[in-house]
Amino acid sequence: MKTITKEKEFAEIEKRIKDARNIYIIGCGTCATLCKTGGKGEVLKMKEKLQNLGKKVTGWMVVPTACDILTKEAVEAEAETIKAADLILVMTCGFGVQRVADHAGKLVVPALDTLFIGKEDEVQTEFSQVCAQCGECVLGLTAGICPITSCHKGLINGPCGGTNRGKCEVDKEKDCAWTLIYNRLKELNRLDLMEECQSPKNYQKVLKPGKASFKQ
Amino acid sequence: MKTPFKEILASDRFIVTAEIGPPKSTDLHEMTEHIDLLKDRVDGLNVTDNQSSVMRYPSLGTCIIIKERGGEPILQMTCRDRNRMALESDLLFAYSRGIRNVLVLTGDAVAVGDHKEAKAVFDLDSVQFIKMIRSMEAGRDLGGNELKGEFSFCVGAIVTPEADPIEPQLLKFKKKLAAGAEFIQTQAIYDLDKFKRFMDIARGFKYQAKILAGIVLLTSAGMAKYMNENVPGVMVPQGFIDELKSAQKDDRLKKGIEIASRLIRTIREGKLCDGVHIMAIGKEDVVPKILEESGL
Repeated sequence: MKTITKEKEFAEIEKRIKDARNIYIIGCGTCATLCKTGGKGEVLKMKEKLQNLGKKVTGWMVVPTACDILTKEAVEAEAETIKAADLILVMTCGFGVQRVADHAGKLVVPALDTLFIGKEDEVQTEFSQVCAQCGECVLGLTAGICPITSCHKGLINGPCGGTNRGKCEVDKEKDCAWTLIYNRLKELNRLDLMEECQSPKNYQKVLKPGKASFKQ
Repeated sequence: MKTPFKEILASDRFIVTAEIGPPKSTDLHEMTEHIDLLKDRVDGLNVTDNQSSVMRYPSLGTCIIIKERGGEPILQMTCRDRNRMALESDLLFAYSRGIRNVLVLTGDAVAVGDHKEAKAVFDLDSVQFIKMIRSMEAGRDLGGNELKGEFSFCVGAIVTPEADPIEPQLLKFKKKLAAGAEFIQTQAIYDLDKFKRFMDIARGFKYQAKILAGIVLLTSAGMAKYMNENVPGVMVPQGFIDELKSAQKDDRLKKGIEIASRLIRTIREGKLCDGVHIMAIGKEDVVPKILEESGL
């Protein structure tokens, strides 16, 4: 499971950093390294781009896992060079950006867009969003394929009329989630599960913002 | 006074409805002309709701205009643009203005339309939507609260007889019938042998509804090919494409009218289903000609 990120258009980053002279860069050694959006190579390339714009890069680091609490210590260890910067350009997912912002006492600018939490294929080259963390799991009715996530419209009572040769109306390359669910339920001889009428989702179960406590 | 659509459904007559597609404009002149032209020729005028995810004058507003002009409106409502609260309150408004028929659809994806960056809603799906209406009729909104006043709709839904694969579509179709759909409008059909096979299956279901075959007027071979490539569940047979191609440019519309009329006649004479829904898509002025040629 990895948090999937995509590099922002450089023009957008440029706009956000236009008033800054001195910039500190932080990358992440876990998900963003895997996505090739915030590993050492990308951080060094970004450093060069910023220097080409006439900015001074006061320092940079690739923390092991940006979202982890240990990032606090990494930020504290770099306090001097971070202090010398006007802002921190963070090349991590939104979790990492917020972890840095909590401890750095500086304005943060994200260099990436956070897309989804992805499940990897066997060779870790492709990631798919398979769970939308909706707070009301229906996988027991759908043979383990999530329609909330995999159906473009998040339908839970079967396909829309947009199914086209087993593909989705928004993308001819994308499988229709309900065709997949139907086929798997049929294989398992449990099509009866699809015949049950499902009630509207309870959006109260999607806590926003989510919060959980595991104190004893 | 127009006969309520619910009464038409209860009768044995061959049902005919036509589609009205509102414009992206406040100039309603042409649409109003179409309404006046068709309101007394068909059993109901079915108004699209931001069809193909393209923003237009609303279905609800158009239904009120139809009502004011003495027609029988069928309000299309998709789940794409409104959450359950907005759908419920629009239904209350529709009822208060004399609208008694609603056709429930999932709605096309936002991505296929002209507001690609908009947020899609899909709070409910079409099955839940039908059940919600039935619950409101029993005096409860979807929040479980008491609803005062009269409230009753003749509810329709959609099916795509040529969906590929068909089996999951049939399961959903059965759920719509079980939820209380009283009439079903189909996606455009052209191959009547295939349609007959679909109807044989549908007639075997536990819950029944009146089924209106969707007839989309073809105006050129290019349009037919475009639909085959881009509209899920629509397949225009090559024979029709060749017929349209062989017609002179000025006669293509005439040929399209002839094809539509032939389909309607065969459906009616062969009692393939209970009626037709004619979608002329911008050529509403020729619908009377289709009706004439169909012997209606």
